[in-house]
Amino acid sequence: MTTHAPHTMLTEDDCPGFSRGYRLQHDKVREQWVIQAPERALLADPIAVAILQELDGQTRLGVVIDRLAERYEAPRDQIATDVLALLSDLTEKRIIRL
Amino acid sequence: MSETSHSNKAGRAEHTIPAPMSLLAELTHRCPLSCPYCSNPVELERKAQELSTEDWLRVLEEAAELGILQVHFSGGEPMARPDLYTLISHAHKLNLYTNLITSGVLITPQTMKRLDESGLDHVQLSFQDTDGPEADRLSDFPQVQPRKLEAARLITQAGIPLTLNFVLQKANISRMPAMFALARQLDAQRVEMAHTQYYGWALKNRAALLPSRTQLEEASRYVAAEETKGGLAIDYVTPDYYAERPKPCMGGWGQRFLNISPSGHVLPCHAAETIPSLTFDNVRDHSLSHIWYHSRAFTLFRGTDWMPEPCASCARKEIDWGGCRCQALALLGDASQTDPVCSLSPHRHLIDEAIAEAEKTNEQVFIYRRMGQNTR
Ligand code: SF4
Ligand code: SF4
Repeated sequence: MTTHAPHTMLTEDDCPGFSRGYRLQHDKVREQWVIQAPERALLADPIAVAILQELDGQTRLGVVIDRLAERYEAPRDQIATDVLALLSDLTEKRIIRL
Repeated sequence: MSETSHSNKAGRAEHTIPAPMSLLAELTHRCPLSCPYCSNPVELERKAQELSTEDWLRVLEEAAELGILQVHFSGGEPMARPDLYTLISHAHKLNLYTNLITSGVLITPQTMKRLDESGLDHVQLSFQDTDGPEADRLSDFPQVQPRKLEAARLITQAGIPLTLNFVLQKANISRMPAMFALARQLDAQRVEMAHTQYYGWALKNRAALLPSRTQLEEASRYVAAEETKGGLAIDYVTPDYYAERPKPCMGGWGQRFLNISPSGHVLPCHAAETIPSLTFDNVRDHSLSHIWYHSRAFTLFRGTDWMPEPCASCARKEIDWGGCRCQALALLGDASQTDPVCSLSPHRHLIDEAIAEAEKTNEQVFIYRRMGQNTR
């Protein structure tokens, strides 16, 4: 069982995925992406969607960051900062697990 | 409403009315427990009237098509339906988020395994209290607590996120710290603490259940103290009787939410059957989409056109939607009045009188929820 540390900070060696009971889903009726969660559906912005779609619980975040940097032709540092910040936050909320 | 104006409206309805987000599927009103604040209607529906498995499978497909994202399987006790697993896996295949709202007394290692394999996303487990004898008294069911604790253990062991749900009332507010402790001990992710809402069974028992103002302040202190610790999501619902303004009705009547009763009636809210002027279309006769966009039960209080004063000229009318229709009906005999909880309502004194009465009532004598034994 995951113990819940108050300030988890993910690294490029982690291979996170969605926790049971959470998932990214396209809402075809409203044409938007949502994170399905207990008792609510959270709206996901395009950056979050791009990141979350890459997660499978097996791929290292370093690889995910490389891919995103290439696809969006953006500086790798900046992508790495965004990815680690978003996923650390979602891990703290138990939406993402390591 | 004339046929012409109805069909004019019908042509545009899909564009101007939001699609529903969530469905409460009340599979059965049967339940091994008999809580005195049960939110089921006082006229409980019987097994012979319940929808068939095929009906529910079709309804789930229509719900996904319509834009529903989350399905809450509820009751009564939804685990009293042997086809629950079939319904959950069907919903899961349709990409609907599945939540089971249960008392937990029918969860065993075998049933848990089947729930898990059906792809269940989340469980909301209701507790009467943290205190064993008190939980027995409230549910009128012997040894209920050990079974619930075992259910919680099996749920978290399966890795399914768990929310504990407590209904707050006069006699258990002092045990809120113990409720939070229990939630942490059982590794629940969320805890819902909702004060009883007073219509249906709870209205019959209001004087015995409604906390005092001092107790309410005590409750808010417990919540604030727990929130500073972090790591547990707390969903605290205050009792509207002590507020100046009513609670928003489920994001607005017919805006986000629909409820299907065991026999297939589609309701804008779980308590809507208490409103005698409303008739409800049935999923046996119409598609869910037709009912959502066009049935009278949904259009009647949707939006703001139906509102009387003081709501009609109030700045908050699209914030709280005039409050609760069912509460207006239960207390004023007219569902189209301003919710009497609102201090702008000419009938607010009814609420203040109920508070005064509850302050004087200490002894708890309940009218328990029962099939076929409706009192008054
Ligand atoms: S008058 Fe009506 S709309 Fe205004 S706050 Fe009261 S209930 Fe809400
Ligand atoms: S009418 Fe009242 S009981 Fe029904 S959903 Fe609205 S607030 Fe809740």
